[in-house]
Amino acid sequence: MNNLIIGQYVPGESMVHQLDPRTKITVIFFYVIVIFFANSFFSYFILAAFAFISAMLTRIPAGYIIRGLKPVWLLIVFTFLLHLFVTKEGDVLFRIFSFYVYSGALIQGFAISLRFFLLILMTSLLTLTTTPIAITDAIEDMLGPLKKVRFPVHELALMMSISLRFIPTLMQETEKISKAQASRGVDFRTGPIKDRIKAIVPLLVPLFVSAFKRAEELAMAMEARGYKGGEGRTKFRELQLSSRDYALFISFVFVLLLFWWARA
Amino acid sequence: MRELEQSFIQFDEVSFWYNHDEPWALKELSLTIKKNEFVAVIGHNGSGKSTIAKLMNGLLFPQKGEIFVDGLRLSEETVWDIRKKVGMVFQNPDNQFVGTTVEDDVAFGLENHGIPRKEMIERIEQSLKAVGMLDYRKHEPHRLSGGQKQRVAIAGVLAVAPDLIILDEATAMLDPKGRTEIMKTVQRIRKEKKVSILMITHDLHEVTFADRVIVMNRGQKLIEGTPKEVFQQHETLWEIGLDIPFVAKIAAELKQRGIPLNKQPLNNKELLEELWRLHSNM
Ligand SMILES: Nc1ncnc2c1ncn2[C@@H]1O[C@H](COP(=O)(O)OP(=O)(O)OP(=O)(O)O)[C@@H](O)[C@H]1O
Ligand SMILES: [Mg+2]
Repeated sequence: MNNLIIGQYVPGESMVHQLDPRTKITVIFFYVIVIFFANSFFSYFILAAFAFISAMLTRIPAGYIIRGLKPVWLLIVFTFLLHLFVTKEGDVLFRIFSFYVYSGALIQGFAISLRFFLLILMTSLLTLTTTPIAITDAIEDMLGPLKKVRFPVHELALMMSISLRFIPTLMQETEKISKAQASRGVDFRTGPIKDRIKAIVPLLVPLFVSAFKRAEELAMAMEARGYKGGEGRTKFRELQLSSRDYALFISFVFVLLLFWWARA
Repeated sequence: MRELEQSFIQFDEVSFWYNHDEPWALKELSLTIKKNEFVAVIGHNGSGKSTIAKLMNGLLFPQKGEIFVDGLRLSEETVWDIRKKVGMVFQNPDNQFVGTTVEDDVAFGLENHGIPRKEMIERIEQSLKAVGMLDYRKHEPHRLSGGQKQRVAIAGVLAVAPDLIILDEATAMLDPKGRTEIMKTVQRIRKEKKVSILMITHDLHEVTFADRVIVMNRGQKLIEGTPKEVFQQHETLWEIGLDIPFVAKIAAELKQRGIPLNKQPLNNKELLEELWRLHSNM
């Protein structure tokens, strides 16, 4: 049951963990926009430094963070190679078979892959240091103004939090059903793809049936406990900005100014 | 009207059906529950027990008859107040756990009723303490046993400070240990918080803790009385397919064989005492 950790949250007490999730989301949002305006060595350097310092402040072992990025390494390398061979700017550096590699291509390739890497690093710092439910709360709060145009913000957030609540339950159930089916000779793990897909059907059907039953009972229980929509509801989990958040905002603005100055 | 004042719940000839073409789920049922009373409801599957429970806090509305909760007539207008007064714990521990953690779940009812956050924190702590789950406040549901989840469900209901707690087969999916946990919790809460309890159950051992038992059969009340009175009618119970607890059965058999028991024993201890008394009289 160890693999039941939802998302990739790593519990901790670091400064980054304790930041308000809204702060983290806002900073990352602007970071992601700004990174597309980087165009000089120094401007990249500033953004990279910001990301690495943030990563260090999470106190999560570097190895763990890098392992978490594993699925995207391939994409980063691919981006790099693509730029290397497609861009035709600057001087010809060398030749691989019939391909000429230009100096501009090398720089472009580095820049784009670095951009990509930093984007993914920053967003994964968010999910590494923030519980999914805190992210949900932050989204609900930040989308608050949309309630005025009848956008169902509260319902959306509740839906997300209930999904988060039921993911482990449904995973446990999947495991139970798959064991039960395996004991009847259904094999999900070996054999031709076609057979394996067929074997999933007896797993999914009972899972869906039970999920619908759960949903119905949960709705009944929620109603019995006085749920009547978002109106007039108070909140137990509270988001509060602290001096830490203001400090980050100020330093981030400072970083942005520095960045703008460093642009070519 | 005088009856209304002292009883917390009153059903006046309540009839209910789910679909027109089906027979009545409940038929002209009248019953009352007093303040701080512990009432058990038993009956075979489909006899209307859950329907009674759902009518009591306005999850369903009767087609005929009237329901009063604490003097309020159940209607679309009063239903939100009534749900504050009547809390409900369901059978499946998983499918009534709304929050991602124990304290979030207890908070759910309080949030719904618009309780200010400061008060919420106090109430959560108190009610988790009352069910002995305070140490687990940060736990996620998948790290709790069924019995623990049900205790959290009880805490969630308690936090809203209802006058009546309905447990609809709340122990049915638990192991014996979980069942004892819940029964103990319920009895302690009843003493400390002065709430009424309505316990729907198939477990006749649990029935012995009640002040009064209502036996349902096909949407109607068949027998009503103290557990002792009800178990004495074992033949009627037998006819509708309900068995009486082992101890009550022995007592009935002994009586049939002309062995005079003074009082109807409800548990092993009472039976033993009764047998010792007989023995020393011989
Ligand atoms: N949602 C529903 N729709 C239609 N009919 C229903 C519904 N729920 C219950 N019934 C019917 O109403 C009758 C009473 O059901 P109820 O759930 O009150 O029984 P119960 O005594 O709680 O049974 P159990 O011991 O199985 O929980 C049954 O005949 C049942 O089939
Ligand atoms: Mg029922």
